[in-house]
Amino acid sequence: MRFDSLIDSVGHTPLVGLPRLSPSPDVRVWAKLEDRNPTGSVKDRPALWMVEQAEKDGLLTPGCTILEPTSGNTGISLAMSARLKGYKLICVMPENTSEERRQLLRMWGAEIISSPAAGGSNEAVRVAKRLAAENPSWVMLYQYGNPANWRAHYESTGPEILEDLPSVTHFVAGLGTTGTLMGVGRYLREHVPGVQIVAAEPRYGELVYGLRNVDEGFIPEIYDAEVLTTRFSVTSADALRRTRELLHTEGIFAGVSTGCALHAALGLAAKAVKAGERADIVFIVADGGWKYLSTGAYEGTLDEAEGRLEGQLWA
Amino acid sequence: MAIEVRIPTILRTYTDGAKAVTADGATLSDLIVDLEARHPGLRERIVDDSGLRRFVNIYLNDEDVRFLGGLDTPVADGDTVTVLPAVAGGMR
Repeated sequence: MRFDSLIDSVGHTPLVGLPRLSPSPDVRVWAKLEDRNPTGSVKDRPALWMVEQAEKDGLLTPGCTILEPTSGNTGISLAMSARLKGYKLICVMPENTSEERRQLLRMWGAEIISSPAAGGSNEAVRVAKRLAAENPSWVMLYQYGNPANWRAHYESTGPEILEDLPSVTHFVAGLGTTGTLMGVGRYLREHVPGVQIVAAEPRYGELVYGLRNVDEGFIPEIYDAEVLTTRFSVTSADALRRTRELLHTEGIFAGVSTGCALHAALGLAAKAVKAGERADIVFIVADGGWKYLSTGAYEGTLDEAEGRLEGQLWA
Repeated sequence: MAIEVRIPTILRTYTDGAKAVTADGATLSDLIVDLEARHPGLRERIVDDSGLRRFVNIYLNDEDVRFLGGLDTPVADGDTVTVLPAVAGGMR
């Protein structure tokens, strides 16, 4: 495949079958390898769409500064786009994110502002909103509320899945900004009658929820519950176990959030087998495992790995 | 037999610090009434006049009850109910 530039090569990722993890020839599980994007994650799609929409709208002009609350992949994708297109990037990220992410962001030239660990991404969003108000010339693309986020998946990820697997019955992805689920979900619902759109939501350790006040939660503006069939909460223990299972049985080295989606996908597969129904279940491999090596997710026993992940944002 | 209810840190002031408590009921709504009898004050932190509070998520055996039957969702012995505050995604 030939492309005019790195940016033009975003998307067109492989959809691979999981012959060992699929329970039967009638119930098959498929991995959409989003780690094969230019900066190694699914976020290259929304980052590019958001930047190009802001350019079309006249918000972004050469030399502009982009501000974004992101604890990793979106920042890395934006940093690549910003570098190639001549923008400056400032990322607001929780201080309890892995060192690899910080190095990657700095490498592409982004500036990092840390937000308190205890608040998680909620706090990063709050800090970014405050900074945006204080610096009106900065452009916040704001992935949690930007329709270009889900449109990236509506216009690229969704059509790619349907073209590769017209018999798709279920789509599973991790729930963060909700962009992947909203975009792919809307597209597939328009083209596949009865398709199930299932969210796998990471359930973090105590520390992440510790200081959350139930009156001050956060729901991304682009989230529309109508698009989803259902939503599962997946513990870090289950996500870790599935991440390793994927590596050991199918050879796919993925990040921990992929284990979260796989756990939900295998749950749906077991349900289909029990009901005697045919199923083609697609789940998203959001990124590779490289950025999580320092978290210790792949070494020692599961209990040890879970202990090390406690208090970290792993998806 | 009873239903296990996992309580988030922020609400453990109502459960003497317990991470998980038990309660009974045929539906989630009944269960919350029983929870209130055992741990006064807990109910209004979970539900308000319009139903489940906006930033509170409840999972029945790990599935979001908003996609099941909401507060009318049937519950049974051996089920696990998890209460969690809504948070933004992690590494986005």
